[in-house]
Amino acid sequence: MAWDWDKLQQQKRSSGGAGGAPPQVGEVINKIKGVRGKFPALWVIVILLVLLYLGSSCFYTVAVDEVGIVQRFGKYVRTTPPGLNFKLPSGIEKVTNVKVRYVYKEEFGFRTIKADVRTRYASGDAYLNEALMLTGDLNVAVVPWIVQYRITNPYDYLFKVRNVRNTLRDLAEAAMRLVVGDRSINEVISKREEIAIQAQQLLQKELDAAETGISITTIEMKRTNVPEPVQPSFNEVNQAVQEKEKMIYQAREEYNKRVPQARGDADKTIKEAEGYALDRVNRAKGDAARFLSLYEEYVKAEDVTKRRMYLEAMRDIIPKTGQKYVVDSDQKNLLPLLNLTRTKGGQP
Amino acid sequence: MRYKGLLILLALVVVIGAGSAYVVDETEQVVVTQFGKPIGEPKKEPGLYFKLPIVQQANYFPKNLLEWDGDAGQIPTLDKTFIWVDTFARWKIVDPLKFFQSVGNMTGAMGRLDDIIDSAVRNFVTSYPLIETVRTSNREMDTFEMGLDQVKDTSPLGEVKVGRSKITREILEQAQPKLDKFGIELVDVKFKLLNYVEEVQKSVFNRMIAERKQIAEKFRSEGKGEARKIEGEMERELKQITSEAYRVAQETKGKADGEATRIYAQAYAKDPEFYSFVQTLDTYKETMDKETSLILSTDSEFLKLFKGYQDKGQK
Repeated sequence: MAWDWDKLQQQKRSSGGAGGAPPQVGEVINKIKGVRGKFPALWVIVILLVLLYLGSSCFYTVAVDEVGIVQRFGKYVRTTPPGLNFKLPSGIEKVTNVKVRYVYKEEFGFRTIKADVRTRYASGDAYLNEALMLTGDLNVAVVPWIVQYRITNPYDYLFKVRNVRNTLRDLAEAAMRLVVGDRSINEVISKREEIAIQAQQLLQKELDAAETGISITTIEMKRTNVPEPVQPSFNEVNQAVQEKEKMIYQAREEYNKRVPQARGDADKTIKEAEGYALDRVNRAKGDAARFLSLYEEYVKAEDVTKRRMYLEAMRDIIPKTGQKYVVDSDQKNLLPLLNLTRTKGGQP
Repeated sequence: MRYKGLLILLALVVVIGAGSAYVVDETEQVVVTQFGKPIGEPKKEPGLYFKLPIVQQANYFPKNLLEWDGDAGQIPTLDKTFIWVDTFARWKIVDPLKFFQSVGNMTGAMGRLDDIIDSAVRNFVTSYPLIETVRTSNREMDTFEMGLDQVKDTSPLGEVKVGRSKITREILEQAQPKLDKFGIELVDVKFKLLNYVEEVQKSVFNRMIAERKQIAEKFRSEGKGEARKIEGEMERELKQITSEAYRVAQETKGKADGEATRIYAQAYAKDPEFYSFVQTLDTYKETMDKETSLILSTDSEFLKLFKGYQDKGQK
């Protein structure tokens, strides 16, 4: 390269000083034609090579997802769109292509080993320190995350910050720790979205202030967790939540099983009482009606009816009874005649 | 020979030109020195510049934002917790002349930054309790699981009076004046990493485990309590249902009894004597059975004929 550079400087000087290249070139050609024998062929070849190099450094291509940043003697002069572009030869103008459409990705707390259908990650001790963070309640959380960004201001990106990638990494770590530092371990685990949004706002502000020329597309939180030794106890809490719910459900189940049944039973009791009431009233009505009918007839012939009823009753009763004793009305003392203890045995 | 002279002239022009022209990039600034002594104003704008060849020299310094990454180290906080702190800073050379004269090159600058920032960080971290370095604000945190009744003020963390953002700003303010004489402007200092040292971490883990266990226990007892509550409610409900049913049933029965009584009374009141006659006969029919021994006197209406027939008139 040093060799090329010298030739280039030489050409630059000569073309600049002699008021344009063509006469110089013509002269050279003349020399080649005229004094072929005297002039060494090596010089001709060298000059031709230099010309070729300068010519080829006058155009450049910019890919679809890029822009070209052109500097003349180190000073920024223009930004060129994708396609074939021209510039002054190298040494005067320099072009740097910047990918402005490409989304760059930085991983924190883990590294993708192989992005495939089944992406594999490395999350060993080496990256664990990046992810270990102190939370606001002085617990420790493992927070891996991804920052995706694009270059939106190529000028700032190239010239304002020396090492944009490192700056981004440092700022991202600081921003994430600031956000996590103000949250409890529970929030870190359950409110990842919120943290991502806040970290993104904070980081973008820092990046703008530092004139890095990049803007964050997304901050994506990977699975936040607690450090491995603590994980079982966190699972226990989850389990306890399940247990709690289970106990409540079981109690509800019992409730739902027994209360409707009790309601049914209650309905039954009430209906039975209603049945009793109907029965009682109807019987009363029946009895009353019977009595009244009887009475109606009885009034018409009181004495006869009474005797008849009495005798009919006796006819019914006497055969049903066990022992029968007829005692003369003059007999005053009955006891000697009876062995009353025997009556209990039924038939004597 | 004519060509030879031309060639020598050309070579001379090239050498002098290469030695006198220099390019300053967008990211650079240049201090021109003559035999090691700075000459003229530093060149801060990008572009093509000229100087005397050989005698003068262009010294390039970066103009853009530079990084400094501190060595991670253990620092005790005011409450005697050892934490692992990794800081980084961003800085700029704002006065290349001063920079050139005082530190000379980047390696020198890094050394100065190490000394000044590290000691400032150490000063501030040690003079605050840990919580001040960790937190930024007194934002209220959701410290317990969702669904669990909040128990406030269980953690003895205390109030945040200063906060991380302010501490880093203070570090910056302390370090900056010391860097002025080097032509360096410190843009910011930040904590990149802040962790417990390993021994502390273990005890913190144990504390976290104990805390979780307690939370889990709380969930379980809450579950039990809730279940008991439902059970109690169920008992109450059951009692209410049964007793209400009993009440309604008794009322209904009572009403019916009353009604029946009224009906009977109304009917039998027509002739109480006849009623008792009929009823007595019915009662006889029901109460007499095989067990009954009947001793009948011939006086009775039923057996009076046993003793003999009497004329109606005699009676």
